[in-house]
Amino acid sequence: MSLDAKKVARIARLARIGLSDDEVQTYQKDMEGIIGWVEQLNEVDITDVPPMVGTGLATARLRDDIVTDGERRDDVLSNAPEREGLFFTVPKVVE
Amino acid sequence: MVFDYTLASARDALRKREISAVELVNTHLEAIERLDGRLNSFITRTPDQAREAAKAADDLLAKGEGGALCGIPLGIKDLFATEGVRTTAASHILENFVPPYESTVTANLKRDGAISLGKLNLDEFAMGSTNLTSAFGGVENPWKRQGSDARLVPGGSSGGSAAAVAAGLVLGATGTDTGGSIRQPASFCGIAGVKPTYGRCSRFGTIAFASSLDQAGPMAKNLRDCAIMLESMAGFDAKDSTSVDKAVPNYEAALDRGVKGMRVGIPKEYRTDNLPEEIAALWDQGIAWLKDAGAEIVDVSLPHTKYGLPTYYIAALAEASSNLARYDGVRYGKRVTGPSLDALYEATRAAGFGDEVKRRILLGTHVLSSGYYDAYYLRAQKVRTLLQRDFLQAYEKVDMLLTPTAPSGAFAWDEKPTDPVQVYLNDVFTVPASLAGVPAVSVPAGLDSTGVPLGLQLIGRFFDEETLFAAGHVLEKSASFSHRPTLHAGVSA
Amino acid sequence: MSSYRITGETGEWEIVVGMEVHAQVVSQSKLFSGAATEYGGEPNTQVSLVDAGFPGMLPVLNKECVAQAIRTGLGLRAQVNKYSRFDRKNYFYADLPTGYQISQFEHPIIGEGKVEIELSEGEKRIIGVTRLHLEQDAGKSIHDQDPTRSFIDLNRAGVALMEIVSEPDIRSPEEAGAYLRKLRQILRYLGTCDGNMEEGSMRADVNVSVRPVGEEGYRTRCEIKNLNSVRYVMQAIEVEAERQITIWEEGGTVDQETRLFDHVKGETRTMRSKDDAHDYRYFPDPDLLPLELEQSWIDELKAALPELPEDKRARLEKDYGVSQYESGVLTAEQSVADFYEEVARGADARLATNWMLGDFFAALNRTGRSIEDSPVSAQGLRELLGLISDSTINGKIAKEVLEDMVETGDSASAIVDRKGLRQVTDSSAIEATVQGILDANADKVAEYKSGKDKLFGFFVGQTMKAMKGKANPAMVNDVLKKLLSA
Repeated sequence: MSLDAKKVARIARLARIGLSDDEVQTYQKDMEGIIGWVEQLNEVDITDVPPMVGTGLATARLRDDIVTDGERRDDVLSNAPEREGLFFTVPKVVE
Repeated sequence: MVFDYTLASARDALRKREISAVELVNTHLEAIERLDGRLNSFITRTPDQAREAAKAADDLLAKGEGGALCGIPLGIKDLFATEGVRTTAASHILENFVPPYESTVTANLKRDGAISLGKLNLDEFAMGSTNLTSAFGGVENPWKRQGSDARLVPGGSSGGSAAAVAAGLVLGATGTDTGGSIRQPASFCGIAGVKPTYGRCSRFGTIAFASSLDQAGPMAKNLRDCAIMLESMAGFDAKDSTSVDKAVPNYEAALDRGVKGMRVGIPKEYRTDNLPEEIAALWDQGIAWLKDAGAEIVDVSLPHTKYGLPTYYIAALAEASSNLARYDGVRYGKRVTGPSLDALYEATRAAGFGDEVKRRILLGTHVLSSGYYDAYYLRAQKVRTLLQRDFLQAYEKVDMLLTPTAPSGAFAWDEKPTDPVQVYLNDVFTVPASLAGVPAVSVPAGLDSTGVPLGLQLIGRFFDEETLFAAGHVLEKSASFSHRPTLHAGVSA
Repeated sequence: MSSYRITGETGEWEIVVGMEVHAQVVSQSKLFSGAATEYGGEPNTQVSLVDAGFPGMLPVLNKECVAQAIRTGLGLRAQVNKYSRFDRKNYFYADLPTGYQISQFEHPIIGEGKVEIELSEGEKRIIGVTRLHLEQDAGKSIHDQDPTRSFIDLNRAGVALMEIVSEPDIRSPEEAGAYLRKLRQILRYLGTCDGNMEEGSMRADVNVSVRPVGEEGYRTRCEIKNLNSVRYVMQAIEVEAERQITIWEEGGTVDQETRLFDHVKGETRTMRSKDDAHDYRYFPDPDLLPLELEQSWIDELKAALPELPEDKRARLEKDYGVSQYESGVLTAEQSVADFYEEVARGADARLATNWMLGDFFAALNRTGRSIEDSPVSAQGLRELLGLISDSTINGKIAKEVLEDMVETGDSASAIVDRKGLRQVTDSSAIEATVQGILDANADKVAEYKSGKDKLFGFFVGQTMKAMKGKANPAMVNDVLKKLLSA
């Protein structure tokens, strides 16, 4: 499957990674190579094969509904690159 | 002398008070001072905390107390969150991140008295097989080719861990292995490394690369040291939903079980057309050693082996693209601001992530995106089922598998291929076990013609690390690998 | 069946509506972390490092949240899926700390169910439920505190939500309102969601499309997000339907998009922040293993389910002889039904029903109280009704006593004693008073006897007035009849 520059730019936008036009070209080339390589999986007969979900070594474990965490505002905010009072802040979002 | 200690012998010497923890730690700290400017195996050193911990360890040891690792100087891969100590994942995006929490694995080691000398270098977010993708610079492999001073890569992603152990800067180090990140650098640096069964060590507090594959494990001079460390690191953790509630055996006790009567499988698909002759020869040597020790050698087939790498890259990168979405400059880590929220995200992630990480996030995003999910991600997860079945079927006939760890020995920094796919091929022998979730170890077994180490890999059944320790120890004894790298704490420069 | 129709320029249109209701699960701690779910609290206090998406933090599923989803599924008479799974829905937003929401995409915990709604004419309709799944709530972005920045509070981040998706079975704003109210009632009965719409415990996204009456198939729909009251849901559907009809009639086409409802302007508008095409890249969350439920646990939860509104209605109608309308009002809230039963049990059921729906509700309204903090207890009301039944007071006096009870909190009997309101049942005293009234109104007696029957009420009134309302009304009637026919 081809992966043109426009598509790479769209993927970068989805992943929120800012790329210059030159970078888009470079990644497009790399990615096309890798995608071409992984497409050898198309040879494998996967009829009736279930996808792997988990390694099958355990099933979901459920936690009791008890408050055991929270009330650690300083921990939560201690690495904030920018904050206002007890809030994290970001450039204004218009809905 | 101090640098002849293994972790096990240092432990015994500490208990017998032949050496104090303070002396042991200081000697290692001094070696780091001396060598690590060049090796660059540490991102963050914590000498003050280490000295303080050493004093406390001596107090305990004097009373005949202290845990299994009391007073032992270790290095911690900088992917494990350490409370109050900067944790970077070797990325600019976390260059100033100080976690207010401790990973379960490092907490377990601390509980047993281990002393961290600092945080070890790695490929950025554990993505790489060379340790050259670190935002804090590459790591130099302490080994040299004969007659050459070319800087070799230590392998990756746990390259700092492997180099620090190999150079004698620490007695052991934590690693993490997603597709070979413990085993391949262990092989490149001539040390032992263990990737346990998925679910054996808690992932809580370890920065995620690919959640369904990531597994912490020990790296040390030999398997006995690894066994001692793993016993401390492993165990059920209610904070990790994929952690398995299973008792941790005494791994050290398994070392001397031998392999008599055991069946060792030799997967024919690992003998690829382009396998270097000296690696094939070493593999044959390993087969002979195990056979001599009483094991039965059985040819087996793991038919989907060749699909391991592409399957791995799809599965791992899909997960990574999602796992790394949290690094957005809002709550912690680097922020490059912009006129809008999206501009902030794009600028932060453009500046914060390195090239390889970006490439992987983009690929992972692509294989999950609408219209491609079935063709790539879903198909890969199905092939992953087949890969796991390969192993389970083999284990009906054999107790373990023996393979080379990597298709080559350490190469030079400037020999790293520019084609990403060629770099990915480094993991060809390690990736299938990761995808299946089964345990595997790498032990140093010899040197190649240029004088750099090569490792052999043993792959076992779910939760049967003990068999791997037993068989691996047979290989160690047979190989009697006693070479030392050029750059070593015990060699005066 | 009464059909909702909008008359446009070109003819009659009908609307097609499906709803996604997000209901906050009642639990102590969050879906995947041990932080508290309590509403309010200072910003970023009820937040664990898991909720804030710190590196290496991992989710662990809350058992009670799973139980609540199962209870809700059982209450909606829906299929409980023994295998379900959590997926990641990937998108970037300031109040979504991990960059993905953990939700259930491919394998929800609850499958198809149904909700019966009742419309104003007493007409009933079934609205299909497609599925119910568990997911995490996001944090809160506050946009109005600063001219250039938005503020982020993660207290809600990670709180468990149930997303309940309906089939596109809704055909009018009234049905949408009835559906939402009914859903809220069921969840409140089950105790799985408090239904507090002002605090955001229940929010609805509404998918609206229109089509000419008689047309098969569906036209493009728009999703109106985040409606937090029944009224807004109904209004938004109405104005959105009108907007779409205008577009179609003018020869245009409706674009599939997400819109917001502005209740001040009474219109919907495009949601700007959602303009770029989303691609959520759902995939199974590798940090969580598939959820496999034991039948025995489902059975246990089923056995312990409370009585549901439908069942309670049927029982009240049977046990207490209340009408269909009355049972609807009495079971709207479980607390009202419980109160009612407490009163009606051991009292005259008819009297209890009339008083609950009449004077008692009026007293609550007047005082602005809810049933939970009613100034009169169920026992107190029952005592009052007992005083009527045993003729200690009559109905009219009882109204006065109830007002006093509301005001003072005293018991009915204490008030009766304090005010000397005990009903006069002494027949000689009543007879003497009646005779006095007749004597004083001889002219009216004559008129009565000549056929002006209506004057009977006048004599009753005069007697009651003379006796300060305390006379037993039945006895007054009897005595009057006797003396007037003499």
